[in-house]
Amino acid sequence: MNAAQEFNFSIEATKNYLNVNYSVKSWLFTRDHKRIGLLYLFSIIFFFFIAAMAAALMRLELLTPEGDLVLADTYNKLFTIHGVLMVWFFLIPSIPATLGNFVIPLMLGARDVAFPRINLLSWYLFIFGGGVTLYSIIIGGVDTGWTFYTPYSSAYSNSYVVMMVVGVFVAGFSSILTGLNFIVTIHKMRAPGLTWMRLPLFIWSMYATSLILVLATPVLAITLFLIALERLWQVGIFNPALGGDPILFQHLFWFYSHPAVYIMILPGMGVVSELIACFSRKQIFGYTFVAFSSLAIAVLGFLVWGHHMFVSGQSVYAGMIFSLLSFLVAIPSAVKVFNWTATLYRGSISLKTPMIYALGFIGLFTLGGMTGIFLATLGVDVHVTDTYFVIAHFHYIMVGGMVLAFMGGLHYWWPKITGRLYPEKMGQLSALITFIGFNLTFFPQFIAGYLGMPRRYHAYAAEFQIYNVLSTAGASILGVGYVLPIFYFLWSLWFGKKASMNPWDARGLEWQTASPPSQYNFEQTPIVTEQTHAYPLLTSEKTLRKVMHVR
Amino acid sequence: MSFPFFPASGSAMATQVDRLFLFLVALTIVVHLIVFGPMIFFLFKYRESKKVDRSPLKFSTLKVELVWIIIPLILVMAVFAWGSHLYVNLQEPPKEAIEVNVVGKQWMWKIQHPEGNREINELHVPVGSVVKLVMTSQDVIHSFFLPVFRIKQDVLPGRYTTEWFQATKVGSYHLFCAEYCGTMHSHMIGRVHVMEPKDYEDWLREGEPTEPLVQSGQKLFQELGCSGCHSMQSQFHAPLLEGIFGRPVPLEEGRMVMADEKYIRDSILLPQLQIAAGYPNIMPSFEGRLSEEEIFQLVAYIKNLSPKKAKSGKGKP
Repeated sequence: MNAAQEFNFSIEATKNYLNVNYSVKSWLFTRDHKRIGLLYLFSIIFFFFIAAMAAALMRLELLTPEGDLVLADTYNKLFTIHGVLMVWFFLIPSIPATLGNFVIPLMLGARDVAFPRINLLSWYLFIFGGGVTLYSIIIGGVDTGWTFYTPYSSAYSNSYVVMMVVGVFVAGFSSILTGLNFIVTIHKMRAPGLTWMRLPLFIWSMYATSLILVLATPVLAITLFLIALERLWQVGIFNPALGGDPILFQHLFWFYSHPAVYIMILPGMGVVSELIACFSRKQIFGYTFVAFSSLAIAVLGFLVWGHHMFVSGQSVYAGMIFSLLSFLVAIPSAVKVFNWTATLYRGSISLKTPMIYALGFIGLFTLGGMTGIFLATLGVDVHVTDTYFVIAHFHYIMVGGMVLAFMGGLHYWWPKITGRLYPEKMGQLSALITFIGFNLTFFPQFIAGYLGMPRRYHAYAAEFQIYNVLSTAGASILGVGYVLPIFYFLWSLWFGKKASMNPWDARGLEWQTASPPSQYNFEQTPIVTEQTHAYPLLTSEKTLRKVMHVR
Repeated sequence: MSFPFFPASGSAMATQVDRLFLFLVALTIVVHLIVFGPMIFFLFKYRESKKVDRSPLKFSTLKVELVWIIIPLILVMAVFAWGSHLYVNLQEPPKEAIEVNVVGKQWMWKIQHPEGNREINELHVPVGSVVKLVMTSQDVIHSFFLPVFRIKQDVLPGRYTTEWFQATKVGSYHLFCAEYCGTMHSHMIGRVHVMEPKDYEDWLREGEPTEPLVQSGQKLFQELGCSGCHSMQSQFHAPLLEGIFGRPVPLEEGRMVMADEKYIRDSILLPQLQIAAGYPNIMPSFEGRLSEEEIFQLVAYIKNLSPKKAKSGKGKP
């Protein structure tokens, strides 16, 4: 580094993507993937809390068997709000659009995503879709549930179905554009030397996720369009009274919505791979298998939609084929879990906050995955489908899995995003509270479900009460686990210690630039000469420090 | 507040489902031990502060990967076979069954027995007999869920679906609607009453005098003018319905179709859809003129015209 460069660097060091300019306009018209990531972060947290309030009201209602807190109609609208906002406006965009947007170009050594303007457009579509959806809630709400099953949604519900469907439809385009952007970015913008087999596992999982986003979301758009067509102009598509087929909707809907589960969980798996590698200072055991298992999950995920319909009246043979294929998805998922555990072997493990979230993820995902086996098993599914067993199962996958991974990733990259460190002890505490609260909320629902408590019940038989009381108690603990990080993250912005370039001694290109990064990420395009997570194999923490400093 | 742990079991099928369920619970526990036993051990042994051997691994990871791909694959295939076996059983009721008709509508279950007895949100059945439910919906999708028998089946508008059970224990149990069907979904509940056969016979005779389904169907058949065409004496050429149920029917377009409940229902409501080979296309549609209950009665009558296949249940013809 010569003197001129050094001088440049000292000026540049104070200018980063956050303080390069301050105006509102500079944020609303930004094409910087990092700022867009933050715009998404604020938006999804906003939607998360509205959806969480709906959940809190539902859990309060379910404290007693009688439907005494809210009216049946209100309750039905609450679970629709909860489902629609959580699925389309929190879970699906959460990791891809926030952390993905922020770190993918950094991890690839790129200046930005391939299409920065399209990236901004997809945020606007997301906000517009979210706005329309919120408007449909404000003017009266929708009582169909997030699945919009026909002919109820297309002919019988007297709520604002079309408006909400338009909101989700528009948000879907945001998903498609984000997916396209990531696919092209990952293909075309990798730094020299960053071959496919050297990519971070997070990139692999985001690549698989993007494929699903691009291929599945159009089917959702078509399906929602058909509902609107039937509702507005009585075109007979789903309603048998008009000559339609009520099961057709379920096929179309789940053709999107089952792969959508993997849109939610694959990015989480990618984050967890990063965290496990970093905090055990080892390359992930069986890197190739873990990388390709993401693709296997994405491909198989398209072939199993019919397992949501074992009691819908589809043929026995269809049921058996969908069951068989569903069991196959279990294999790449199991491969990941086994490899994460094996990575710890001979590692150098530190239980920092992100690592606790990652381990919590593995715990909850494993139970969620195993209960998925129950649901793929035909004879058992007949009894447990549409009961609280299913509710518990998918919350273990989607909340226990996705949300824990999101929280883990947010803690992990927080110093990179903000340039500040959060208080470590508080982080560990909130991770533990979340884990305990989560299990107390959702484990009792497995038992209530096998006892036969159907889902979407505003009032229920008295014998199920004890499990609902436990669940509501758990939800209040879980709530603390969600709110706590907001306080210490905000605290850290003003009072947190300044983060160094690489506070975790992690590998990966995103750690080789300033925290927070400058507007264009890297001073010079980095050149990659080895695998991303090739953490040096070490015999003690001392050598570790030495190696990291030498490097 | 009670603390129930396992649902009551009221049929042989329920026992079988429970067995598979408990096997899966055991499998889940074993998998957790296999994953989390070593994980917790590693977390202690390989903490960064510990002085332990961290030298590179010397074995082939490929072999390890293959082990934990192939063993789970074999296990899940076994579970698949077991579960499918139960499912196939659930779909195929034994031949001799009491056929009870169920119509779901927002928000009640309307039930009619072969003897004509009607009930709402209650289902009385004798212990030990096979009961087959033939179900349809008048409006949206519902789902007929009997936890005590571990069975559930969606009830669809415009279609017939079936489920069956053979109760083993006298008692009164939950009946739920399991598919979200609108505002009062959680109030669309009822009871199934499993009775001693003698009590069931008494129950059938009690209450208002009823007319067997077949007889109501026959009356309707005449009132609606069906007999005008579908008879030997008719000057119009329409297929005879005697013995038609359960047999394949050749269609004008060259296809064959099995004359089951759905075929008969469709022929009444959508006669233009499937024209029997060799007959003119003259049948009027009865769509909108018949309730689901009336269609069930007509179907019961036409089924009864085929004595061999007639499954009108026990007792009265």
